[in-house]
Amino acid sequence: MANLDELLGVDKALYEKRKGVYPKAVDGFFRRSKWAIMAVALLIYYVTPWLRWDRGQFAPNQAVLIDLANRRFYMFDIEIWPHEFYYVAGMLVMAGIGLFLVTSAVGRAWCGYACPQTVWTDLFQHIDRFFDGDRNAQTKLQNAPWGPQKIFKRLSKWSVYLFIAFWTGGAWIMYFADAPTLTVDFWTGHAGAVAYATVGILTATTFIFGGFMREQVCVYMCPWPRIQTAMMDEKSLIVTYRDWRGEPRGSVKKAEAQPGSIGDCIDCNQCVAVCPTGIDIREGPQIGCITCALCIDACDSVMNQIGRPRGLIDYLTLDDVAIEKAGGTAHPALNTLFRTRTLVYFGIWCAIGIAMLFTLGQRTRLDLTVQHDRNPLYVQLSDGSIRNNYTVKVRNMETRPREVELVVKGLPGAVAWSSTGSRETAKQRVKVTVAPDSVQKVRLFVAAPANGDARTDFEIEAIALTGNEKGDSDSVRFERPETGQ
Amino acid sequence: MAKKPTDSNQRIDQPTGTPFVGHEWDGIEELDTPMPRWWLYTLYLTIIWALAYVIMYPAWPLLNSATEGMLGWTSRGQLAAEMKAADVKRAPLINSLAAIPVEQLLADQKLYQGAVAGGAAAFKVHCVQCHGSGAMGSAGYPNLNDDDWLWGGDMASIHYTLTHGIRNPDHPETRVSAMPAFDGILSPVEISQVVAHVQSFSGKAKPNAKGKELFATNCASCHGMEGKGLREFGAPNLSDNIWLYGGDTASITQTVLNSRQGVMPRWNDKLDPATIKMLAAYVHSLGGGEATPAAPTTKATNGQP
Repeated sequence: MANLDELLGVDKALYEKRKGVYPKAVDGFFRRSKWAIMAVALLIYYVTPWLRWDRGQFAPNQAVLIDLANRRFYMFDIEIWPHEFYYVAGMLVMAGIGLFLVTSAVGRAWCGYACPQTVWTDLFQHIDRFFDGDRNAQTKLQNAPWGPQKIFKRLSKWSVYLFIAFWTGGAWIMYFADAPTLTVDFWTGHAGAVAYATVGILTATTFIFGGFMREQVCVYMCPWPRIQTAMMDEKSLIVTYRDWRGEPRGSVKKAEAQPGSIGDCIDCNQCVAVCPTGIDIREGPQIGCITCALCIDACDSVMNQIGRPRGLIDYLTLDDVAIEKAGGTAHPALNTLFRTRTLVYFGIWCAIGIAMLFTLGQRTRLDLTVQHDRNPLYVQLSDGSIRNNYTVKVRNMETRPREVELVVKGLPGAVAWSSTGSRETAKQRVKVTVAPDSVQKVRLFVAAPANGDARTDFEIEAIALTGNEKGDSDSVRFERPETGQ
Repeated sequence: MAKKPTDSNQRIDQPTGTPFVGHEWDGIEELDTPMPRWWLYTLYLTIIWALAYVIMYPAWPLLNSATEGMLGWTSRGQLAAEMKAADVKRAPLINSLAAIPVEQLLADQKLYQGAVAGGAAAFKVHCVQCHGSGAMGSAGYPNLNDDDWLWGGDMASIHYTLTHGIRNPDHPETRVSAMPAFDGILSPVEISQVVAHVQSFSGKAKPNAKGKELFATNCASCHGMEGKGLREFGAPNLSDNIWLYGGDTASITQTVLNSRQGVMPRWNDKLDPATIKMLAAYVHSLGGGEATPAAPTTKATNGQP
């Protein structure tokens, strides 16, 4: 790289080379939590598209499917149509408020445990350890000159990176089409160009972001750490080094030699060694800290070994820092979780969720939209009566064909017929068959006597003859010439 | 927003070890944190991308055009390709339409719907000039939405009118109605008596014996004794509420005095057969379309509802 930099004339003072991060393996409560969350997150991501869900013969049987081509979103028993997209918007709002809630209560927990960048980086760092050994071995290999062994290790490691990256990209497209079919199509070259492009892009981003960019994404590219600072306050839990307890640092021997003048931190650097973003938490809160709490695990195990109390590095609020520095006792962590701010966030989050569940239960699966022709507004018929034309859209949102009756209400003497009927046989009801899970467009002609108001509002009602009985109606206008005829 | 003296550049921020730039806003100072090196590389990559783009695609403006680019891409070329793709996509519909007899189009609902959609587009290009954008016509130009037809409102009749037009002197199959101008044949008084009788069919005037007699002699051969009209001759129904040239006394008097000679172009020399069928389907779909008659004889006598 040095030659390239010289060639490009890079001013090294202005552009800093990435310092490699080779985090050491660690065990403890937070490490195990991260294992569990990683397992669940990856399982959900890779397995969900393969879950099946029987919806009958007229709808796909994939449990979670975002069918962009047909504009349907299936999630188990829920089917979302494009006009119901507010459910998806509501879910995104809930996800947003959920992040506010978590951030105000426990700081950057999202960053530390659940963010895909964190999960995949964590996974890739374990692969590093599998091929190259732990921290010291990794550093040694990094500094070693290129040779057959290093080339072999790098190539095999990067192959595994690439395999996982490809699998990640491949799993993504399964959400947008029938997974088994798409898998076959993909490998036989019959999938759409967009499928290959998506897999290619996601493979590349996973490979680069997870394998090489890692903490650089969090520090330089991601806006979330910046937004989070606005959401956290002095009552949010952050990973804190108890400097009033740890400083001045010194070895165990030194502490024994000069009791009282040396703090609890023995400067073993384990907190730095295990940090996946390569920071020193003892410098205080900083943008590079994703609050994964691995330094807590590392420090606690050291404190156990030397027989000092745990919690030199701990989850603590800024309020508690002030209290402890003044010699008081910190609040229990529950106080941080249940306070006005988090309860308000939780209340809003629940309210949106309950409102959505309620409307989901109340929504009709038969929908009617009637549009009055504007050109012409009315048609003079040869027998003197007046005809108005309407474009009726009947949405059958059930996954079976349905008989629907359109009824004209509140227009005296009116008869209605569709393009397949005729006026001779017209009555006040028109029967239409709507295919499963589709919109039927019907040209509806309504004729009424000429004597009447120039504008009459009336109702067209859709009555379901099969399936869920809940129907729909739409209020429309009947126009006549201003002067009768 | 005061700029500090340059010597403060040397000051170092203690927690991070980074020098200050020397800019200060309300007590917040800017640190001279170096950018990541890869950030610079991405800048170079975007420059390479831009150069490649300029070479591959039209870019540099010249006096009359621009550099063409190695890929030879043009927006017109893209449009042509998209139009061609659309034509290929429509080809099955057009081919099926060209093959099917127009009377049978209604039986094939899918084809019919496609034809109606295509006809709506073609109508806006070829027909709206006279019949209006909503096909509602105006004085002298028939409203195609209603249930009154001079020459028949079933699919085949509409198709024939579209194909051969009305009063095209160069075309033997064209539709021609020949109402004489009665100016000079009937006296002004007789004309007003006939007009009153015509109006009586739709209840706008009282029947009169003299008018009835004159009507029987001069008009009934085409319009029928009851004024119901005769589609074979394009003779309009005079007993209904629809008047192509106006139903008031003055308008009907003008019609009887001078006759009316409406003209519609034929389309068989201008449009392909599939488009004419699409137009027929669209006009038929507007609300006045009639079922194909069982036998030819019923077409004439089947009065308007």
